[in-house]
Amino acid sequence: MRSFYTFIKYSCICLWSVFVVMPFLWAISTSFKDFNSVTGGATYIPWLQFEPSLEGWDVLLRTPANGGVDIVEPYFNSILVTCVASLISIILGTLSAYALSRFTFKAGFIKNNDITFFFISQRIMPPVVLSIPFFIMLGFLGLLDTILGLVIVYIVLLMPIAVWIMVDFFNKIPREIDETALIDGCNPFQAFFKVVLPNSIPGLIVAGLFCLIFGWTDFFFAFILTFTEVQLLPVRIVALNSSITPWWSLSAAALVSVAPLIVVAFIVERYLSKGNLSGALK
Amino acid sequence: MNFGHKYIFLFPGLVVLLGIIIFPILFTIRLSLSSWDSFFPGLDFIGIENYVRLFTDDPRFWESFFRLSFLSITTVFLQYVIGFGLALLVWQDIKFKRFFRVLFLIPMMTTPVIMTVIWKTFFHESLGPVNDFLSLFDLTPLWLSDEYLAKVTVIIVEVWQWTPFMFLLLLAGLLSLPKESYLAASIDGAGPIRKFVYVTFPLMAPISIGAIIIRLIEASKIMDTVYVLTSGGPGTSTETSSFYIFIKGLREFQMGYSAALSFTYLVIMIVSLTIIAKVLVKLMIREK
Repeated sequence: MRSFYTFIKYSCICLWSVFVVMPFLWAISTSFKDFNSVTGGATYIPWLQFEPSLEGWDVLLRTPANGGVDIVEPYFNSILVTCVASLISIILGTLSAYALSRFTFKAGFIKNNDITFFFISQRIMPPVVLSIPFFIMLGFLGLLDTILGLVIVYIVLLMPIAVWIMVDFFNKIPREIDETALIDGCNPFQAFFKVVLPNSIPGLIVAGLFCLIFGWTDFFFAFILTFTEVQLLPVRIVALNSSITPWWSLSAAALVSVAPLIVVAFIVERYLSKGNLSGALK
Repeated sequence: MNFGHKYIFLFPGLVVLLGIIIFPILFTIRLSLSSWDSFFPGLDFIGIENYVRLFTDDPRFWESFFRLSFLSITTVFLQYVIGFGLALLVWQDIKFKRFFRVLFLIPMMTTPVIMTVIWKTFFHESLGPVNDFLSLFDLTPLWLSDEYLAKVTVIIVEVWQWTPFMFLLLLAGLLSLPKESYLAASIDGAGPIRKFVYVTFPLMAPISIGAIIIRLIEASKIMDTVYVLTSGGPGTSTETSSFYIFIKGLREFQMGYSAALSFTYLVIMIVSLTIIAKVLVKLMIREK
């Protein structure tokens, strides 16, 4: 009975693992094909079933003038926009979250919970609702198709995440910590920066990772609000998905763009196993 | 204690967010009262004409809304069940526990649109591996161009992409559960199933509710997947509300009308999510 139970357990795990890995394996295999091996039907094993070619990877390194797909510039744009927007969101979001967790606010019927809800409710907003007014607003400010414009929009996407995670995290840090610091003669800002902040590094890291994930993986705003000057990675890659799709370079580009965040999975798991995440995510 | 420093903490974030968001919201409301389209771009005032049209003469919007409800509830339900199952599997000691945890997290780290492009080649009807495998059994389902199967394909991709998120939240919850309850249950001689029903599930109820709500919010925005995978097709069989608004606003440039759609959609979303949250709290907490 026991071994039967174990058998079921491991088969479920293996089944799901196969499902998770499948598209990646397919992409890796496809990235080494050329036109003939793709249009000849589905094949999987290089040398045995098709003659591998480096065309897909080669294209990524060539300049557009030589028929290449330039993903270097979009790559840096993506990194820049994601990092700057995440950083601003984390800084502002953490300050606000601290205020919402420690102090009481009251303005008419608006209380702390309502303000927290206001922050988090920005995630409810479907991107498409915001896209048209943002388009017009950025156009008016002359920020369409610029890095700054995208950063502004991404702050709306990312700050709610930072506030959501950090409010919960601060609520779990005992108030006595700040109170002791205040009694010892710190002003509220010193208490925050010297005592509370060093104790919330796990929370900050988790919030940061989530901002990076959601910033890096956004497509829609970048798709609507940029055209030619500033292109982000997802937009550039989806643009390859046209009527005659070069599956090989598409797969190679997809793998390259997905790779950096897979590192994040390892970091998240580390925090999870050490039990730090339980406090930061609830 | 009260010298306004609390405002210095709160305001930078609040003001920045308000400052960015206030114009789009007000502008959407104003735009929804105008007839701005590609022929007459301009903010005239036509009253609630757009809303009248929306409520009386636009079955396509309501169809897309029910389709969205169906898709998001199905995907979130599947994600919850599978995510909870996976979290339970790697919660206790098994071989290569940490390896599997990382593996199960990976899909949520990948960019949805980009993976959808890969999925599209994966489900390709003549050149993809799925049909290559199924053709062994003489089956070649039309994953992307059949009215019903296209929905299934969207659900599969969404489940692949976002089950890890559910898994992460639920596993973090499981790892924070107090050990004492399990000790007590073991002493009483409860088996694994009874432990789950009487200890784990009730303790996990609040976390489950939170996770489901978060996922419902995110799922209600399904857009990228549909755009790349099927572009709403075949016909309108995978068209969700977001995608319909996108077509009206940014393809047909009926800005005024799409603003009315957006605003109505937003109100419906907020109301229905609040109701769902209340119902879930009732259902899951009562089971204690």
